[in-house]
Amino acid sequence: MSAAKNINITLKIWRQKNAKAKGQIETYKLDNVSTASSFLEMLDQLNEQLINSKKEPVAFDHDCREGICGMCSLYINGRAHGPDTGTTTCQLHMRKFNDGDTIYIEPWRSKAFPVVKDLVVDRSAFDRIQQAGGFVSVNTSGRTIDANATPVPKHDADRAFEAAACIGCGACVATCKNGSAMLFVGAKVSQYALLPQGKVEATQRVLNMVRQMDEEGFGNCTNTGACEVECPKGISLENIARMNREYLKASII
Amino acid sequence: MALTGLFLCLFLAGHLAGNLQLIFSDASAFNKYALFMTSNPAVKLLSYLTYISILFHAVDGFLLTYQNVKARPIGYAKNNPSKNSSFSSRNMAVLGTLILVFIVTHMVNFWAVMHFDEKMPLQTISVNQMGAKIDYYITTDTGKFFPTDSLQLNQMGIEIRNRTEFYNKEANVIMGEGYKDLHKITVAFFKDAKTGLIATIAYVLAMFVLAFHLLHGFQSAFQSLGLNNPKYTPAIKGFGKAFAIIVPLLFAAIPVYIHFFLK
Ligand code: HEM
Ligand code: SF4
Ligand code: FES
Repeated sequence: MSAAKNINITLKIWRQKNAKAKGQIETYKLDNVSTASSFLEMLDQLNEQLINSKKEPVAFDHDCREGICGMCSLYINGRAHGPDTGTTTCQLHMRKFNDGDTIYIEPWRSKAFPVVKDLVVDRSAFDRIQQAGGFVSVNTSGRTIDANATPVPKHDADRAFEAAACIGCGACVATCKNGSAMLFVGAKVSQYALLPQGKVEATQRVLNMVRQMDEEGFGNCTNTGACEVECPKGISLENIARMNREYLKASII
Repeated sequence: MALTGLFLCLFLAGHLAGNLQLIFSDASAFNKYALFMTSNPAVKLLSYLTYISILFHAVDGFLLTYQNVKARPIGYAKNNPSKNSSFSSRNMAVLGTLILVFIVTHMVNFWAVMHFDEKMPLQTISVNQMGAKIDYYITTDTGKFFPTDSLQLNQMGIEIRNRTEFYNKEANVIMGEGYKDLHKITVAFFKDAKTGLIATIAYVLAMFVLAFHLLHGFQSAFQSLGLNNPKYTPAIKGFGKAFAIIVPLLFAAIPVYIHFFLK
């Protein structure tokens, strides 16, 4: 790895006071950014600069900063989670950028993800979709069955696990030209549909989750495949096809 | 969307097979096919299904696109979609609308003429009689010929009614039925001294648009129907690509052949 150096960059960031305000792109110059720092550390550096000059810091979402919580978002230079594939914004490093670069940073854009402030959006639409069916009902009367007592074929277990890797970050919605949430919902439907425990409620689950998804104002999938490319967890389009299959089955029966 | 789209792909294959007779067989085979297509009840049913499919597909497509545009009220200041999706997949609505414009013009040029034009010519054949070439109408009831000379036809007591029917005026009975000469109309259309070249170019461009629509559309329909499987999807994608290139190419070859090579 080449040694870290310092670069000077120009940032074009979406600033919006609150959910009702109009918002606009603002330009900031930031000097001496170490290429060893992460993208979010660079934003921390910007915010210190803003605070020192008595300006409002940029609000952005983050939590784990290790690619597992799905909180960080950011549409960076026209790509969800920035130029890397298979990574979240918190896993993006400044070594991906050059001295003199201009970097656009915008919030996820979707009718269902309204901007709360600056780069922070409200993703509770995903929670409501989950609540509509993203669970298995378990009897907790004290006679629960040990999960390992139900055999699951290795192939199915692997597919279910891959689907369950979705961290609910919303990059799929942000990057889709239709603002469709089908990759997220496809993953959530699949992780249960593949397992014997999930089969019991499969019909209602897919119908309810898809209904909720439509009610939230997400667009329709036209199979452009952008979500699969930008998803930090490599969720496959096969999950959307599986959901379509489940949905067709559930609608016919 | 997927069902109508795939049905339209089947329609394209059938339509192409018919059209290729313009190149590979003679006028009467093509006109026979044209008559079959406008009279056979099973084909009629299929053609109505096709009209309905096009209508549903277009309306469905517009609704889908409208909802999808509404799902992102504020767009990105900087967006880089070519990094994650194909041109075709992002422009299906525009490509589809252009195809719709083509379908309407195409139907005005050929379908409407075949169905409604009072001046639609009937197919004739030239026969050498004592050194002179004489034209006769040929009919669907093989073996019967009627002179194209209207005076002669009148002398025989025969008149043409309903565009194709040869009637014995006195007895008021039908003597035979001519073929509408769609072959002649088509050749004249693409060979026209003034507009033939433009028509040929426009047709070829429309086939490019169709190719791009199918390049995304064919495989997309399978995904929409939930048919995605590591074993078969590569084959579906491969076949779709080949279909999207070969079918429009063959369609486009017909007017090009007529305009530039047909004597
Ligand atoms: C012969 C003509 C046509 C064929 C064979 C055809 C075929 C297809 C196929 C296979 C799909 C994919 C369906 C799916 O993903 O579920 C599709 C999508 C689409 N078609 Fe067509 N189509 C034709 C004409 C048209 C016309 C005339 C229009 C519009 C006015 C149109 C507009 C669309 C739109 C908007 C989409 C889809 C959505 C998208 O993927 O973005 N198409 N077409
Ligand atoms: S499917 Fe991928 S991009 Fe979409 S929410 Fe889940 S992890 Fe994020
Ligand atoms: S901050 Fe948790 S995934 Fe990026």
